[in-house]
Amino acid sequence: MSGLLVNELSVSHGAIAALRGISFSVQVGQLAAVIGSNGAGKTTLLRALSGLNKASSGSAQWNKSEILGARPDALVRRGISHVSEGKSVIPELSVRENLVLGGIWRSDKSDTNAAITEVVELFPILGQRMSQSANTLSGGERQMLAIGRALVSRPRLILLDEPSLGLAPIVIEQIFATLDQLRRKLGLTIVLVEQNAMSALEIADTGIIINLGEVVASGKASELINDPALRAAYLGY
Amino acid sequence: MQKLLETVLIGISTGSIYALMSLALVLVWRSTRVVNFAQAGQATLSTYIGFEIASRSEIFWLGLAFAIIAGALVGAGVDYFFMRVLFKHAISGPAAVVAPVIATLGLLGLIRSIVGLIWGGEFKSIAAPASKDGFTIGQTTIPFSALNVLIIATVSLILITLAITFQRTNLGLSLRASAYAPEIAQLAGIRTARTRTIGWAIAGGVGGVAGMLVTSYNFLSPYSLDLLLVFGFIAAVIGGLESMVGSVIGALVLGIGLTFILNYIGTSLVFIGGFVVLIVVLLVKPDGIMARGKTRRA
Repeated sequence: MSGLLVNELSVSHGAIAALRGISFSVQVGQLAAVIGSNGAGKTTLLRALSGLNKASSGSAQWNKSEILGARPDALVRRGISHVSEGKSVIPELSVRENLVLGGIWRSDKSDTNAAITEVVELFPILGQRMSQSANTLSGGERQMLAIGRALVSRPRLILLDEPSLGLAPIVIEQIFATLDQLRRKLGLTIVLVEQNAMSALEIADTGIIINLGEVVASGKASELINDPALRAAYLGY
Repeated sequence: MQKLLETVLIGISTGSIYALMSLALVLVWRSTRVVNFAQAGQATLSTYIGFEIASRSEIFWLGLAFAIIAGALVGAGVDYFFMRVLFKHAISGPAAVVAPVIATLGLLGLIRSIVGLIWGGEFKSIAAPASKDGFTIGQTTIPFSALNVLIIATVSLILITLAITFQRTNLGLSLRASAYAPEIAQLAGIRTARTRTIGWAIAGGVGGVAGMLVTSYNFLSPYSLDLLLVFGFIAAVIGGLESMVGSVIGALVLGIGLTFILNYIGTSLVFIGGFVVLIVVLLVKPDGIMARGKTRRA
């Protein structure tokens, strides 16, 4: 299968097992929502997939080649971008510099410029803020910049860690609509980690619910939404 | 009035050399979070190599070029062979904070000993690339010389080159991003370890220039650049350790301030003056003169 195939992935932080044998798959062009409460291991999962955390066992393949054990900068070159937790922008740099950063590993500067133009079309507000310091952006704008920076590297797989964190509902809606659009228009594969379960499952194709480092349920997002047991146990209402 | 003018001019000349040392320390601090005491040793070794080339070829600038190259290689080597290994073994806890600093102190001693073994302990001197005789205005001669002009010009050229590199090139953006947020930099595709080594190389090259310029009006010995390290460090602290612009301003302030003490109070107080400035800055404005509002990071 092409796409993302995670098999029995385990990660330990010292003596603590953060992930215990996680398995799931995401087909190319699909959006998978990884849902779970605080401390369930969602962030660890993304960090392991992008090379920031070392896996203790298991495998993860992207389009049939192993990605565990590779460094983050190498995975970017293989089309995997990770937008890490908490609006991953560099506040000391300008908006433009943050975007340029996404394509800095490329030798072809004109391609980076073209990618930046496309990002500005997607998030016009960033176009008006280009020379401003990223420090001056609102929370929503920062998240757009973080996603925009990832897009400049022209990824095929995006790993997104809680893009809705601390944002107003209307901004969340806008960002989720953009993700939906990216998948439809560009055929991007997206792994979206969220605590905001309902909003995430609404745009997702599949859902993976994890708790205490293990997958407790997975399947079609539309079915997970209507599963009363899961709602009670893991979505909290 | 004339004394005031010459004090400021000499102060700028002295301060500009401090600025290079200060910049070297700030560059390493930003990227590695280590106060690199070995910087004095690296600069000493580079300067001896520059001295060797300059005295054989009788061309100061060729010596300077070799000092830059040697400084860059030694700087990169220190990061690659010492810091990388250290950080691999001491990842967290007190050891991770202390070990690298102690290692740079040890390295300072080691490099000095090696330099002493090769070149001996006696004072050496390099023929200055310009006249040390002061300019004459009307009837009076001031201590500010063509050599001072050349020093200021050389430092300015290096600062402009660095500013363009850091602000206008992808390498500069990589260096800044890696210093501010190594994890995000890595996620953006930057090879942060390699970028850090390049940062150490730049710092080493800049330190080599500082050593050569000091030696152009002073003697060279295995210990002759220690004072430069101290003043460079004070300047970096004045500038807030984080800011490259701050470190240059801090160095100029320190250079002019110390020359004032020298000209108006007395030679014996210069060294004390430096430390008084350091203590006052640490007590009054520990984040440095460039700090605005709250600190960016610990």
